[in-house]
Amino acid sequence: MLEKALHGSRRYYIWLAFLGALVIVGAIAYSRQLNYGLGLTGISRDVPWGLYISQFTFLAGISVTGVMVAIPHYLHNFKAFAKVVILGEFLAVAAVIGAILFVVVDLGQPARVMNVLLYPSPWSIMFWDIVVLGAYLLVSIVIGWTALAAEKKGLPVPRWAKVLTYLSIPLAIAVQTVEAFLYAGLPGKDYWATAILAARFLSSAFASGPALLIMICMIIGKVSSFKVLEKAIDALAKIVLYAIVINVFFFLLEVFTALYSQVPAHQVSLTYLFFGYQGHGNLMPFMWAAAILAFIGIFMLAVPKLRHNKKTLVVALLAVFFCGWLDKGLGLVLGGFVPDSFGRVMEYTPTVNEVLIISGIYGIAMLVLTILYKVVIAVRRED
Amino acid sequence: MRKRDDQQTKAYESHSLKRRDFLKAALATGAVGLGGAALLRFISPADTEAADWGSPNALGAKHWGLVIDVEKLNRFANFSQIIEACHAHHNVPAVNDPKTEVKWIWQDDFEHCFEELDNAYLSEDIKAQEFLVLCNHCENPSCVRVCPTQATFKRDDGIVCMDYHRCIGCRFCMTGCPYNARSLNFFDPRPYIKEIDPDYPTRTQGVVEKCTLCVERIDQGLPPYCVEASNGAIVFGDLADPESDVRQALQSGLSIRRKAELGAGPSVYYLIGGGVPAVAGGELNA
Repeated sequence: MLEKALHGSRRYYIWLAFLGALVIVGAIAYSRQLNYGLGLTGISRDVPWGLYISQFTFLAGISVTGVMVAIPHYLHNFKAFAKVVILGEFLAVAAVIGAILFVVVDLGQPARVMNVLLYPSPWSIMFWDIVVLGAYLLVSIVIGWTALAAEKKGLPVPRWAKVLTYLSIPLAIAVQTVEAFLYAGLPGKDYWATAILAARFLSSAFASGPALLIMICMIIGKVSSFKVLEKAIDALAKIVLYAIVINVFFFLLEVFTALYSQVPAHQVSLTYLFFGYQGHGNLMPFMWAAAILAFIGIFMLAVPKLRHNKKTLVVALLAVFFCGWLDKGLGLVLGGFVPDSFGRVMEYTPTVNEVLIISGIYGIAMLVLTILYKVVIAVRRED
Repeated sequence: MRKRDDQQTKAYESHSLKRRDFLKAALATGAVGLGGAALLRFISPADTEAADWGSPNALGAKHWGLVIDVEKLNRFANFSQIIEACHAHHNVPAVNDPKTEVKWIWQDDFEHCFEELDNAYLSEDIKAQEFLVLCNHCENPSCVRVCPTQATFKRDDGIVCMDYHRCIGCRFCMTGCPYNARSLNFFDPRPYIKEIDPDYPTRTQGVVEKCTLCVERIDQGLPPYCVEASNGAIVFGDLADPESDVRQALQSGLSIRRKAELGAGPSVYYLIGGGVPAVAGGELNA
């Protein structure tokens, strides 16, 4: 079926060429980093994790979208999602590939990455993260591909693939939970050391991921003859609404604990993120933007008139998506490092080289997504 | 020799193993081998113990620790001499940038080392009092717990070590260490080493390093460099032995540890002194 990705319109090739250019520039930037070392990035002794790890966390969140479509379809027999399930699985594939690449470029010694499997350390969350991400990637590819092949032949999805789909649901929850445990179990990192972090990760993922999926469905509707049902889009939009409301609620729980207890350790990261601390406040505009976007998104999704209008829906979805990106893909990781164990603030600013590597990896993820979706659309056009 | 090679070639040919089958078999064997080795390590992580490169003079202990006498340190010791003794012998690169510097032992003031003990009315002298900080060789080290490759590990004698050849540079240990005691080599460190000491390895770009409590010296029966250069201000010994120098020092007055409330169990104690000495029969309270 993959050969179907080789034939497309002029617009399709221009898009591929654009992504290819991103990837090539990213690869050149990465070869510079490989030669020189992580000194080419903005990370430091005090902020050892930067945008690579935060993008990894964000993309791993996007990957659970597949499950938000699979649960209504397979567990509740929600027929409107029939044509969206495969799109969800393939979005998971592209997102996990991107997430794994972000971990690899983040390593100081990437050639030794196999040491993680060679010397497995069950007490290290990183080890479990690689296990669940790898398993989820494999399961998503197999399910998506099998379902598509069945659709091509006009056959129902084989039974074993359905069983695998049930398995992918706890696996996706595990991806987000383990992801949160990477942060939540570290002594002295009070912004992360909160029992609700995994729940926050899940709610944020279930908001940003389906928001992205709806927008992708709309783009597909524009550039091809394949149309996703209105009913499916509205159901997804409601999922986004509930998830972002829950996400904001969880965040406000954190704010209450910090502000009412007045324990400095609980407060300091939030203070830094929203009001600045010791004269440092690089992230303030981003955090306020995230807060405003969250409320714009909630308001526009909650009003049925605005949700049913395609144009206003896109604005709402963009608001939710970027709110999620700013909160999880920026503030969460960077805020956790302030202040350092000596009470000082070291701020992080990404370098140009780092940003080029990041855009290269997003290029690869979008390339994978484009090719897989192209195959899906081509298969469906034959029907 | 050549004859034997010929025989081997013939034997190989006579098996008429098809190239494809051979590759398949090789792949399968490799996979089983790799999986088996990994499984073995999974079951018994015994290989984290350091290789036996000690001498018969090696010092033994159940729990090595340091007691830093703050008064003696400020009166009789020279901070930069201590730091230099450690950094020069361990080929620690001198990177003059707070973002990318590498440090095993360094100095900082009370206000920052013991942030939680700071208060508005603390005398300026005490706020500015300098301390030496280094890896705390925790009893319950979170860096060891989070390392995905066991590249950092705790020895039976309590020393937290690094295997620079196994470290993948993920910096989880740096994030997990509540003392900021770890440094990454953000680039090749060798150009930043003034004079390379051939007795200790240099590190490569992309690996994490930190104080090792001079494990290489302890295994040769010698005290750590910082202890040696401290003019008696830093005491070194077995915290598990009530008769040891460190335990005796801790008996002499009040001692504090950095962020002990986090439960990592730091093994570096700062002796403040000034406690009520064990007066006979608690007469003062009577």
